[in-house]
Amino acid sequence: MSAEDTHRSVEVAARVERRWAAIAVIIIVGMALLAAFAGIHQATMPQPRVETTDPSRIHLSGEFVESNLGSVLETNGNVTVRAIGQQYSFTPACIVVPVDTPITLRATSADVVHGILIQGTNVNTMLVPGYVSEQLMRFTRTGDYLMPCQEFCSFGHEGMWGKVKVIDKTDFANRAKSGGRLSCVGQ
Amino acid sequence: MLVNRKLILAHFWFAFAVFGVALTLGAWQMFIRSPIGTWLSNPELYYRSLTAHGTVMGYVFPTLVAMGFGYAISESALEQRLVGVRWAWTGFWLIVLGSVMAMIPIALGRASVLYTFYPPLIGNLFYYLGVVLVVVGSWIWVALMSINLRVWRKAHPGATVPLAMYANVAGSYLWAWTAVGAALELLLQIIPVAAGLKNTIDAGLARIFFSWTLHAIVYFWLVPTYIAYYTIVPRAIGGRVYSDTMARIAFILFLVVAMPIGIHHTFADPQVGAGFKFIHSAFTALVALPTLLTVFTICASVEIAARLRGGRGMFGWIRALPWDNPMMLALAFSFVMLGFGGAGGLINMSYQLDASIHNTQWITGHFHLIFGGAIVIMYFAIAYDLWPHLTGRELIDLRLIRTQLWFWFVGMIVTTFPWHWVGILGMPRRMAYFDFGDPAIAPQALSVTFSAIGGFILLTSGIMFIVILARGMRAPQADAGAYRFAVAVHQPTTVPVALNTHALWVALMIALTITNYGYPILNLATTAGTSVPAVYVGAQ
Repeated sequence: MSAEDTHRSVEVAARVERRWAAIAVIIIVGMALLAAFAGIHQATMPQPRVETTDPSRIHLSGEFVESNLGSVLETNGNVTVRAIGQQYSFTPACIVVPVDTPITLRATSADVVHGILIQGTNVNTMLVPGYVSEQLMRFTRTGDYLMPCQEFCSFGHEGMWGKVKVIDKTDFANRAKSGGRLSCVGQ
Repeated sequence: MLVNRKLILAHFWFAFAVFGVALTLGAWQMFIRSPIGTWLSNPELYYRSLTAHGTVMGYVFPTLVAMGFGYAISESALEQRLVGVRWAWTGFWLIVLGSVMAMIPIALGRASVLYTFYPPLIGNLFYYLGVVLVVVGSWIWVALMSINLRVWRKAHPGATVPLAMYANVAGSYLWAWTAVGAALELLLQIIPVAAGLKNTIDAGLARIFFSWTLHAIVYFWLVPTYIAYYTIVPRAIGGRVYSDTMARIAFILFLVVAMPIGIHHTFADPQVGAGFKFIHSAFTALVALPTLLTVFTICASVEIAARLRGGRGMFGWIRALPWDNPMMLALAFSFVMLGFGGAGGLINMSYQLDASIHNTQWITGHFHLIFGGAIVIMYFAIAYDLWPHLTGRELIDLRLIRTQLWFWFVGMIVTTFPWHWVGILGMPRRMAYFDFGDPAIAPQALSVTFSAIGGFILLTSGIMFIVILARGMRAPQADAGAYRFAVAVHQPTTVPVALNTHALWVALMIALTITNYGYPILNLATTAGTSVPAVYVGAQ
């Protein structure tokens, strides 16, 4: 190979390489923009605020006392669900909610790190003791969904399975009439 | 010029011995949680096993491989005797001591906290101290790599640092800095509680510290693999490195952008706001860049080898590759697994898509494909390539080596693909067993069974690997010659100072970590009332 040939082949190599690098950068910038667009436009954002709570006192006062756990129909027609995870169960163990309704899940842990995952949906959040997790959800069909704890919480982790019962809107409204907090436990 | 062969062999042998143990535990775990092996209903034993498997595979095995390979690179690429041999042995023995110290409480069921620790769960103090010793031992290696390069620079003023050593030192700095996150978590949060000096802990803050380590550690595991891609494979198959500069850029990109991205592991956590999660998501996207560059450069390097062997046409050259060469086979398998695993990774890091698979069996599938698959198969290749130089004996049975690599590849696919599938169905990870009698879970039984079969294929492969190396220690003597690294098509005559030194990139790495982690850590550390009572493992 003459000196000139070498020079040309170096140039070709550099050019091909630059093109590939440019394609790679475009792919990555495109992905980040897509995520930003979906986040802002379709409001698919993780929880924006950080809220704290003392796990050693949640059973005594505040939002997560036992009588306040479960589903509640708010005056604007939305539903709020409050739940806690502890070794090795959720309270309530079965959550009842109406279909086609905006639902706010607020949950925390009473001891170690747990997680809530509702199978067949995108509902998936961590329960970290000391902090409140909030997640918005909406179910489009009625039925029973499994809700396992998705984070290792010591030896009983594999036994920590909750349930979500999604029922008809009017059924839920009827049951909510008497006030108080709803759950499907004992039904 | 490999002088300290005993030192390097000690690292590799200890690495592969613990790897063999952890691999056996892994196969056993998959067996007992599948429908074919439900005879064991004691999850406590399962979590002991899982903690041991993760601790060995996450901390001990890759660290020892990186260290042994690093010493070999230092001696052969720089062509100078290793400086600080006594320190290197000290580091090695600290790791041995640390590993044993950590394994005893695990075996006794006193530290079933998995390798990611999970405060406020608190295990036995000696487990954490053992992990600290492993890290301290590896930091000695980091210092030695830096010192050896400095000694070489003094003797060769202005010379270009060989690519293998440049990458090796970059990898060691990445490790040194990423380990700081877990070290802070252990020293500031966990160890005081495990030692009984405190009884509360901020679980959220501890998780953020750990996330600092948790993602960049993967790139530390990856660096030896990438060094093998760039500096071993092209030489072994009779080709050239397409571009030395691109290789350097890939390694420094890992150094800079792999570090400040760990908060993407806490997308679903309540203790970090949405803003920093987005920043970390965008940075995680960036870390795909060095891999995309590498895929191009290595494919081009391989094509050069094929064309030198007479390969023609747009794709016809692929047939001309030396497919009977184990190194070629390992590279191809590694790339396929990196492709699938990387695609899964892009889903995990996506701000929105993560919700569908967060903490499901998908994640287990993803990182086994990347680490257990793409990375570890190249660790095998590195060992096969180095062995004749370390032992002075030839590895004769190439057929057995090829079979071993095939088993590993097939085993990994059979194990991880069903995991991805059940993950999408919503199967949570880290479950000791499933109630397959539940009609909602029963359909997943078949997938879990396939994974268990994959586990045994992997175990077979692992046993073959160790047998091949052990037989290599007793093969007839043969001089393998000097250990060489691949040369570039256009060997660099001069490289820019920035691509011949690390200072700028280390500074950037630290600065980016501080901007990406400073506020979240400060915010959590100064928020009152977030500490929660510790829950001691085995104390109930």
